[in-house]
Amino acid sequence: MSFLTNLINGISLGSVYAIIALGYTMVYGIAKMLNFAHGDVIMVGAYISFCATQYWHMPAWVSVIVAMAVCTVLGIVIEKLAYKPLRNATSLAVLITAIGVSYLLQNLALLIWSSNTKNFVSIVNFGNLSLFGGKLIISDVAIVTVLCCVVIMLLLTWFTSKTKMGRAMRAVSEDKGAAQLMGVNVNQTISITFAIGSALAAVAGVLLCSTSPVLMPTTGAMPGIKAFTAAVFGGIGSIPGALLGGILLGIIETFGKSYISTELGDAIVFAILIVILLVKPTGLLGKKVNEKV
Amino acid sequence: MKKKINKTFLMNTFTYLLVIVAFLVLNSLLEGGKLGYRMRGQLVPACVFIVMAVSLNLVVGISGELSLGHAGFMCVGAFSSSITIALLNAAVPNDILRLVIGMVVGAAFAALTGVLVGIPVLRLRGDYLAIVTLAFGEIICDIISCLYVSLDDKGLHFSFIDPALPGKMIVNGPMGVMTGGRIATFAIGFALVLFTLIVVLNLINSRSGRAMMALRDNRIAAESVGISATKYKMMAFVISAALAGMAGALYGANIGTVTYKEFTFDKSILVLVYVVFGGIGNILGSVISAAALTVLPEILRSFPEFKENRMLVFAIVLIIVMLITNSTAVKGWIERIKGLFRKKEEADLPETTETENVQTEEGGAEE
Repeated sequence: MSFLTNLINGISLGSVYAIIALGYTMVYGIAKMLNFAHGDVIMVGAYISFCATQYWHMPAWVSVIVAMAVCTVLGIVIEKLAYKPLRNATSLAVLITAIGVSYLLQNLALLIWSSNTKNFVSIVNFGNLSLFGGKLIISDVAIVTVLCCVVIMLLLTWFTSKTKMGRAMRAVSEDKGAAQLMGVNVNQTISITFAIGSALAAVAGVLLCSTSPVLMPTTGAMPGIKAFTAAVFGGIGSIPGALLGGILLGIIETFGKSYISTELGDAIVFAILIVILLVKPTGLLGKKVNEKV
Repeated sequence: MKKKINKTFLMNTFTYLLVIVAFLVLNSLLEGGKLGYRMRGQLVPACVFIVMAVSLNLVVGISGELSLGHAGFMCVGAFSSSITIALLNAAVPNDILRLVIGMVVGAAFAALTGVLVGIPVLRLRGDYLAIVTLAFGEIICDIISCLYVSLDDKGLHFSFIDPALPGKMIVNGPMGVMTGGRIATFAIGFALVLFTLIVVLNLINSRSGRAMMALRDNRIAAESVGISATKYKMMAFVISAALAGMAGALYGANIGTVTYKEFTFDKSILVLVYVVFGGIGNILGSVISAAALTVLPEILRSFPEFKENRMLVFAIVLIIVMLITNSTAVKGWIERIKGLFRKKEEADLPETTETENVQTEEGGAEE
């Protein structure tokens, strides 16, 4: 039964990674930049939800919507102020700026909410599901997390393939210049991508902290990097790839922690990233792009 | 062309002179007892971070690859040298000699790690390369947090994850390593800074350094004229790792106990802030910014807000510096302001400046 429990925990953790990885994958696909601050938007989302339920006494589902709204605005502001002026700069410059934004968010959170860890109260509490006469317990958070992940994935697939804005996004990710010539508003499309990614980050933050209720300014950093690993694993730029990569990574991490060593759990995840990048840099579902001279 | 060589020569001489004068002034103040307790405590860390910043600048500025795991090499250096120093405690009674041996061992282990990390990492490019160096930095820290080393009559004992070992513990997993006394002095720190500058500045002005910069500016063009990308990127990476290892050794010898927690991603970013603030590719800038930003929080103690929110200020500085130096819009404004001044100058001295301008423009086009 411990195998099944681990598997379920892994899928639940992996679903969170998948939701975060979506934000990375969409931004990377369209703006061709690694949004290092994405992990910290997760943390901001979790803090907003925490404040909404604990201090402002809102119901849980309203707190999630408030968190999503705040993170959406935050994502757009970050994009406009920090990334847009560097649209034509080298990837080195953009990455360093993104790291700066990440540190700015962490330290602002430190200033506002202090370094004391907050005990996040799970927003889901309809009781755990008990199977096989109590031998296998599936937590309510795990069920909601997996459901959220599936719903988000379906919505996004529909959005990118059927709506006008979704088609614009795919056009911009294929060829920015050509898309602009066809009348696509590139800046607006990139802003909307950031907005969607950040709103998803807020959901991921709430779900992450509902699973492991420790909330502090650095909460988002590590899941952020791991979710990037998941995005690369599945093939960066691919939405089903983010789902596959996230869930596989969650399962590998959970099994690694329980069967090999708790301390080395993170090292195992990073080792996977390195192996994937060396053996198959395009990931499991990614497309190969040849370099043009 | 001749003018250019003279310029780099002058710049390097100025760098050496500045460092030597700063050392002499601070050392005389130190010996005269004029420096406060807190200031004294910052002298060796300032040296450590100057070496870290200069060595990271070799990778980021000269070789043009973003490394986010520089503190990992520092960690390897600190731990390997601390073990060496503890081992030689009886055999080599002279503190300075022991520390120098420790530094050499630290540099050797860090360079070895640099080779091991460099082989896979340098096959990647851009963002992927950066994220993998970050991953390696974290893996190094995680592995060292599981390392246990003890010493008894039979010699050293190593163990991984399992803490049960005979004899006196030297490395105690997550509890870190006992460095065996604070034997680092400001003079040794200064010597290390000078050594680093000699190595890095000579490397930059050598054939290899020019090859590195050619690869940075246009990899495909450089490879097409026969410059081996792997060789020169590896050279920069390993030399940088070895210097970081020496800095780590000095850092370890300056404080009582070192734990792996001090070498996580945050420290790598701190060093990156120094490099960016001093100017990417500018060695003198790295020296000044690393020294200033290490000592500044101590000087500004009367403003405790600054020390508490240091990282917040650094983050804002990082973003602003990157925006100013890379944004096309900001560059446009600067050009326009420069243009205003130029017009005034031209009005004063019409003929001479105009011909000079034409000449420099032509030179720029040829380059």
